[in-house]
Parts: sequence; structure tokens; C-alpha cells
Amino acid sequence: MSDNGYKSGSNLEKIFAMGEFAVTGECGPPKGSDVSVVKKKAEHLKGYVDAVNVTDNQTAIVRMSSIAASKILLDMGLEPVMQMTCRDRNRIAIQSDVFGASALGIKNMLCLSGDHQKFGNHPGAKNVYCLDSIQLINTIKTLRDEGKVMCGDEVEGETKMFIGAAANPFGDPFEFRVSRLAKKVEAGVDFIQTQCIYNMDKFKRWMKEVVDRGLHEKCKIMAGITPLKSLGMARYMAKNVSGIEVPEEIIARMKAAPKGKKAEEGIKIAVEQIQEVREMEGVAGVHLMAIEWEAKVPEIIKAAGLYPRPSPSA
Amino acid sequence: MIIGDLKNTDEILDSIDDAKKVLVMGCRGCVTICQVGGEKEVALLASQLRIGDKARGRNREIIELTIERQCDAEFIEPILGKVKEVDKVLSLACGIGVQYVSDLGLPTPVVPGINTTFLGVNLDTGLWKERCQACGDCVLEITGGICPIARCSKSLLNGPCGGSADGKCEIDPDVECAWQLIHDRLKALGKLENIERVIPARSWATSRDGGPRTRIREDLRSISREEG
Repeated sequence: MSDNGYKSGSNLEKIFAMGEFAVTGECGPPKGSDVSVVKKKAEHLKGYVDAVNVTDNQTAIVRMSSIAASKILLDMGLEPVMQMTCRDRNRIAIQSDVFGASALGIKNMLCLSGDHQKFGNHPGAKNVYCLDSIQLINTIKTLRDEGKVMCGDEVEGETKMFIGAAANPFGDPFEFRVSRLAKKVEAGVDFIQTQCIYNMDKFKRWMKEVVDRGLHEKCKIMAGITPLKSLGMARYMAKNVSGIEVPEEIIARMKAAPKGKKAEEGIKIAVEQIQEVREMEGVAGVHLMAIEWEAKVPEIIKAAGLYPRPSPSA
Repeated sequence: MIIGDLKNTDEILDSIDDAKKVLVMGCRGCVTICQVGGEKEVALLASQLRIGDKARGRNREIIELTIERQCDAEFIEPILGKVKEVDKVLSLACGIGVQYVSDLGLPTPVVPGINTTFLGVNLDTGLWKERCQACGDCVLEITGGICPIARCSKSLLNGPCGGSADGKCEIDPDVECAWQLIHDRLKALGKLENIERVIPARSWATSRDGGPRTRIREDLRSISREEG
């Protein structure tokens, strides 16, 4: 641990340390090297979130690297959460990239299994999975806290990362989902961002077990929220996105909203969801994934009463 | 056992196009059991090739032969003469058999007639599923006899990932989630504690990642030397 008592000293870590309800956003890098795409998305988020997740070739579609896009955000004065999947890198590449990220000033990362390459634009790619997401968490914790790479060799310099991971309360088997979170805690995770929540009752049941097992005291739980843009999107998420449940009542609300007011209704639902999770014991923040809809983040954050964002002193 | 699939006819025809005399060689091992490279399949393929040749006005000799195992010198040595007589061997054995015959140092090229697909089981007529990747470090005692390396699409040791839904894998609704199966089996056995702690990163050096594998059993080699 560093001198100031922080593991990484990231803005996100400090917000949690202050006891504030944290807000993270998300930025998907472009399918190419067009920096303006990253900058445009980032401008919408600046000042409205405490940190921004930068996805790592999400849905296995080739995009600008998460490390490079994270560095662009840093240079713009935003704090990135660099996502890293186990799909594309073995343990040599993972540790090397984390050193590189740390050297560039990146202080948060999210450890993920990654969507299978079958979904993406290179289904013939080799999948690596030298480590799984839980082993990745432990690898980063060892780098940070013991200053050692997996083989035990000492590292040169510090790797101060605030370590995040995902949790899907809606994956199966439901009864094992909290145990899986407990394994991430055992591996050394600092914060968790959940899959997009639409089925609030199920999330509440999951959260209750998390609190009963005291896991919310060992890591910060951020509830995942994705505003629905349209009825089509609601139906698509319900049917096609693995690990997401959209209850009929949400679909019905989107359906009932008048034409031209669907997006407004989607935002209204998101704001209500934020307010609802904020009241729940053990929820320490929200992760707002406004997919290709970053421009609406300021409106949602303001409506949810989460603006202005606190600024931790150094 | 080793499972294989017959290659498509065009690919087979291309691979033997330059040969005037072809030996279609089957194997009575795994490929006979999975009905892709045994005596029956050799006869069927040879007859298809003859019909195809005839249709194109081509006159070449197609010979059939199925031996006990193509991965064993004992069964190959007696038929070396036949191999020498042809321009090409079209082997319906797995990749191991193809290579074993190729490695004998004969001038006759050996080409594969099947794609070796996986190590698996026959669950029903015409239905095979993968069960093992020969990774060299078996974890079946922890996972209730269900292999996460071969049967989880991501080979996760600490699954299931977020893509497990209704017992199925995110990659395909017809693929079972290995970790749902592992969870259910361990629950039934009263051994869920096996997967409640973190399973640490494993070494893949015992798998193909460590390079081509060789197994030396000195105990057997010394007996063999004594018997000389």
C-alpha cells in the first residue's frame, strides 16, 4: 500500500473512501484509430462521472485497444477504468500490458473473462484463456501488493491498480452467483460492476445475499444501469444479449410510451432504477452504460441527483 | 475415443488427382467405431471414387485395405509391400495414423481422407460430443467428473461466466454450460465446497502449449531392453 493509504490513489478509489456514492460511465473505442470518436464520447462524460470504463474489444469486435483509448481519456483529464479480458492475451501479455498501462498513469482496471470470439467479427480467432477472470484479479493483486509477477520474480517499480471485476446477478446457476462473487473477493477484487439491471426483484435478492455474507464490506458494489433508447432495444436486450433479463413490465412501459417519447421513457426508467439501487443496502455506486448514447449521461446523472460529482483532494 | 469427419469429396479428389493408383486405407480402431474410417467406409469411398473417375473418363486403380491399427508398427509392417505399389495412400485413419504411415520413410505420399475432430464419446446414434483435450493435468476429481477444459467454451477453472443461461453456454443454445453441469453434479454429491474456493491458475506446460509431448516410461523401456 502506498504512503497515503490508498491502493492505487485513483479518483474512483478516493470517492469510495470518502463514502460517496460513485458513478462510472463507459466509452467503447472506435473500430479503428479515429481519436475523434473517443474524444467526442469523453466530452459528454467529463465532469459527470468519477471514472470511465474503456471496453476491451467488446463482443469480440476488433477496436482500438483499451490501453490506448484509456490514455487518450487520461490526457483529456478523465479517469479511465481499463477493461481487460482473458480472451486475447496469455499471462505474459496480460502482465506486460498492465505494466504498460500503469506506466501511462492508468490506475483502475476491470478484469473480465470476455465475450467468446464466436460473437465477433473474427470467429476463427484462437481463444486464449490462459487465465480466467478470477485468476486475473489475483494476478493483478499480487503484482500490486507483493511486487511479484506470477512466477514469483520481483517487478521493477509499482503497479498501483484499483482492481475491478464484473458480476452478473442474472446468470445461471443463480444460487452460485454470490459464491462466485465471494471467489472474486477472495482473489482480491476492490470493486464490482454488475451486468445491466432490469429485473430489480432478482437484483434485490442477489444483493440481500451479498449483504448477508458481508461481501459489500470487502468490495464496493456498483449497480449496472443501461438506459433503453427504444422498444426495439428493450426487446433486443431481452432476447439476444446473454446474461441480461428484461422483465415484461419494462417492455410494456416502453411499448406504452407514445411515439417520439420512447427515449424519454427509457431515461425515466434509468433514473428510477438509479434511485432504487441507491436506497439498497450494500450498493456503493452505479455504473452507467449508455451504449452509443453518451450524450444523455449528463441529463441522467442530473435527474438522479448525482451532480455535481465530488472532487477528492489529493 | 478419437472422432473424425470425412473430408468433402472435392478436397479428397484434389489430393489424389495426380495419382494413377490409390490405396484407400482404413483403420479398425476409433474411426471404425465412429463409422468414418473402417472397412465399410473404405468400401463406400473407394466405390464413389471409381464412379467419379468413370464419369470423367478416367481410368485408374483404386485399392481397398483396412488394417487393425494405423498407429502401430505391428499391423503396418505386413502391408508395406502394398503401400509401395501405389502412387498415393488415402488414409481414413485419424491424424495419428496418417502421420505414422507417412513417417515410415516410404516414397509413397499419404494424404488424409478425414479431419480428426476431437476426443469424445458416442452418446446416441450419430451423436458424438467432446470430452477431453488431453491437457495433461486432470482436474476431474475436483469438478465432479465433468471437464471444464474441454467442455467450457473458455476453459474456465472458476466458472460459470456471466454468459451461462438456463444451463446453456452463451456461444450456442445447443451447447451445455459445463459449469452448470459441474455445479449440479457437485451439489448432488454434496461437494459444492470443491468450487467455492478459488482454483489457482494452472500451468499449461503439460498441454500442447508446452510443445509436442513425449512420454518416456523407463520401467517399460528397461524390461523391453532386457527381453531384447
